[in-house]
Amino acid sequence: MAEHYSSFDRSGKKWFLQRVTAAFLVVVLAFHFFLLHFVNHAADVTFAGTSARMSTWTYFSLMVLFLLTATFHGVNGVHNAIVHRDGVDGWKQTAVTAVLVVASLIMVVQGLRTALVWTNLF
Amino acid sequence: MSQSYDRGTVEDFGRWRSFTAGMWAWLFHKFTGWVLIGYLFTHIAVLSTALTGEAAYNNTIVGLESLAIVRLLEVGLLAVAVFHILNGVRLLFIDLGKGLEAQEESFYASLVITGAITIASVPTFVSGVF
Repeated sequence: MAEHYSSFDRSGKKWFLQRVTAAFLVVVLAFHFFLLHFVNHAADVTFAGTSARMSTWTYFSLMVLFLLTATFHGVNGVHNAIVHRDGVDGWKQTAVTAVLVVASLIMVVQGLRTALVWTNLF
Repeated sequence: MSQSYDRGTVEDFGRWRSFTAGMWAWLFHKFTGWVLIGYLFTHIAVLSTALTGEAAYNNTIVGLESLAIVRLLEVGLLAVAVFHILNGVRLLFIDLGKGLEAQEESFYASLVITGAITIASVPTFVSGVF
């Protein structure tokens, strides 16, 4: 057995970012689920309630960071699964990376646009 | 020292019978990861109805939450998220060099805790829809 096992190349910046975002998301995803399903039930969520939460700097910044880290962690995970695991290379790798980067950008922009509708911070 | 293994491909159907706990953990983590990123895109799309106005957003939420299938899918989403979180913590510890010797036990613990939290959450998720 290896003295130390890791499934990824430890030298890369993306390896490190995947773990930093994981540590953040462990806490924030649990908080998000707990707040919006147990403290406030999803069926009772309203525009006004969301707007009130998103109009505090703490919650707004947490949700924006949540969007950015979840997008990176999820899409990078998909990238790892397709490119590293399944051994896609060459132009196919470039195409996969391009599609994932464009999809990420669309989601982040759409998420930020929606966040700005709810908040009165600006 | 890192060491890599030739794990073969999961797609070699029939291999699952000889999977060890660690291989199941890897497979479940990958599956739950795919579900979560797929859900994230869907989630942002649904929330985007707020861009068209307060009524559209409220009607979308009320409409979705009135469907029993949505409530059941939410229970499934919780199970997926809880497992990914717990197994993710397990992976972080292993990457930090802690707990490799107990990696099978920690996987089983992740499964048991996920099951317990999911079952305990069912009443909360389905209240008012059946």
